[in-house]
Amino acid sequence: MTVATALSPAVTGSPAGGPARRRRVLRWLLPMAPALVLLALFLAGPILWSVYIAFTNETLTGSASVHSQFVGFDNFTRMFADPNFVNSFLLTFVFVIGSAVIGQNTLGLIIALLQRGRGRVTRSVVNGVVIGAWVMPEIVAAACWFSFLAEDGTLNRVLGISQEWLYTAPMLAVILANVWRGTAFSMLVYSAALSEVPPDLVEAAAVDGASPARRLLHITLPLIRRSIMSNLMLITLQTLASFGLIYALTGGGPGTASQTTPLYMYEQAFRYFEIGYGSAIALVMLVIGALFSLIYLRLIKVEDA
Amino acid sequence: MTRIAARGAALLSLLLITLAFLGPFLWVLIASVQPEASLSAAPTLTFSLDNFKAVLTWETIILPLINSIVISGSTAILTVLVAGLAAYPLSRYQLRYRRHFMLTLLFTTGLPVTAILVPVYAMFFRFNLYGSVPAMVLFLTASSLPFSIWMMKNFMDGVPISLEEAAWVDGAGWTQSLRAVVGPLMAPGIAVVAIFVFVGQWGNFFAPFVLLDTPEKQPAAVTIYTFFSQYGQVAYGQLAAFSVLYTAPAVVLYVAVNKYLAGSFNFAGSVKG
Repeated sequence: MTVATALSPAVTGSPAGGPARRRRVLRWLLPMAPALVLLALFLAGPILWSVYIAFTNETLTGSASVHSQFVGFDNFTRMFADPNFVNSFLLTFVFVIGSAVIGQNTLGLIIALLQRGRGRVTRSVVNGVVIGAWVMPEIVAAACWFSFLAEDGTLNRVLGISQEWLYTAPMLAVILANVWRGTAFSMLVYSAALSEVPPDLVEAAAVDGASPARRLLHITLPLIRRSIMSNLMLITLQTLASFGLIYALTGGGPGTASQTTPLYMYEQAFRYFEIGYGSAIALVMLVIGALFSLIYLRLIKVEDA
Repeated sequence: MTRIAARGAALLSLLLITLAFLGPFLWVLIASVQPEASLSAAPTLTFSLDNFKAVLTWETIILPLINSIVISGSTAILTVLVAGLAAYPLSRYQLRYRRHFMLTLLFTTGLPVTAILVPVYAMFFRFNLYGSVPAMVLFLTASSLPFSIWMMKNFMDGVPISLEEAAWVDGAGWTQSLRAVVGPLMAPGIAVVAIFVFVGQWGNFFAPFVLLDTPEKQPAAVTIYTFFSQYGQVAYGQLAAFSVLYTAPAVVLYVAVNKYLAGSFNFAGSVKG
């Protein structure tokens, strides 16, 4: 049986190379083939394809749709010279720092810390509400925040003012909405990490007279630093490519005031059908994503992969 | 004394955070049962299901929800099948490049799918696949595979190899062993992966938004966006009712696998491959 050779290939394997070797390859290749084919056709293929078309002037309309040409680095020089791209890049940076690194990360850690030692009822109510915002589809989350921030929305009613938040502070609006939606992930990561901090270490410090703030800063946080770093990487990766929430909430507007890079890419590739230029933007996003992903891989310890 | 104060402060902060998170939900729930809901959650004591009646028509919500079920469901089933098969050699055999392969999968989970959609769109256009639901499902499956194979392998590692040996002695091949021994024993794991993929695709807006051409093919994620941008300001109660109907399945499924998923959040510290 082919499977039996899995346990002791040296003993059961046939003497000479040919058929036995082929069987050994087929043994793993056959079950993995569907996955490998799908990954090659629909993930690796498109990524390689984007490397190619990023250097062409391919469009879906006009003459270049029939005869696309190799244009070298034109798309990239155009991109970095385009104030709208630079603007979108800065906005993405603000969005990631504001909503992920500062917002979700800090709030998630605070909630996880506050939940330690609380009763089961308290924990499940808080978890339920925070996770609820996370499970909610992004367009529904956008609708919720639209109603909250609109001119005759809840926030203005509560404050008793009339303010078009989505026009006057669009970045603040999308950042708040994304903090609300994404905090659950960081909270869950930190709850898991904190549950592995040995309580006697913290107690010993308390007996020695260390204040809660010092215990947090010098014992708890250093112990979970690996979780903090990899959480930061993961939420950065998720936030970097965020599209639906911003698109539904502000559409990138007013003007380009909240047009992050994914929205700019959408406009170029899917509105103006500038596929070559859009792919160049996509490629820049992929490279940035790949860098963060590599840092993440270096940070975690992968046991026995 | 300070202990009680600290405890009180912690509870009070948690209460405030919970209320802040609850705000936007309450609007949806309240507005959906108000006969004439406005943008703000100004609750009146009237209760009516008119909003639900108004949106429960074929084009508005029934067809989109069916589309969502078809797209998310077939993606989930296909992903589980393909990932389950791929996980078997990764879990059972000594493969030389296993570690590289697993690390590559983990690396791939970090790549922005939003960006990959531009070349996918260009490819679909070139090969006449634009607007094809099956082609989109294959893409969604491929994008769910890296994480799913990873999870499947972990669950499969939990099934002792000794249980399979009995089947091998009886002359079963790997397909039979996988179907009759390993599959049933890791059924909870398969359910977790399937639901995880299903819920993820249920909320997916960008892929169908750019890859499908006609409204009749669109899942609820896109339909609710269209509804929101067209009637959002006017028919607010109906938007809320739509939101409730569309969100409910995701919440129910999440609750079902909640306790199994808890373990996977150690992901950020150390990963068991």
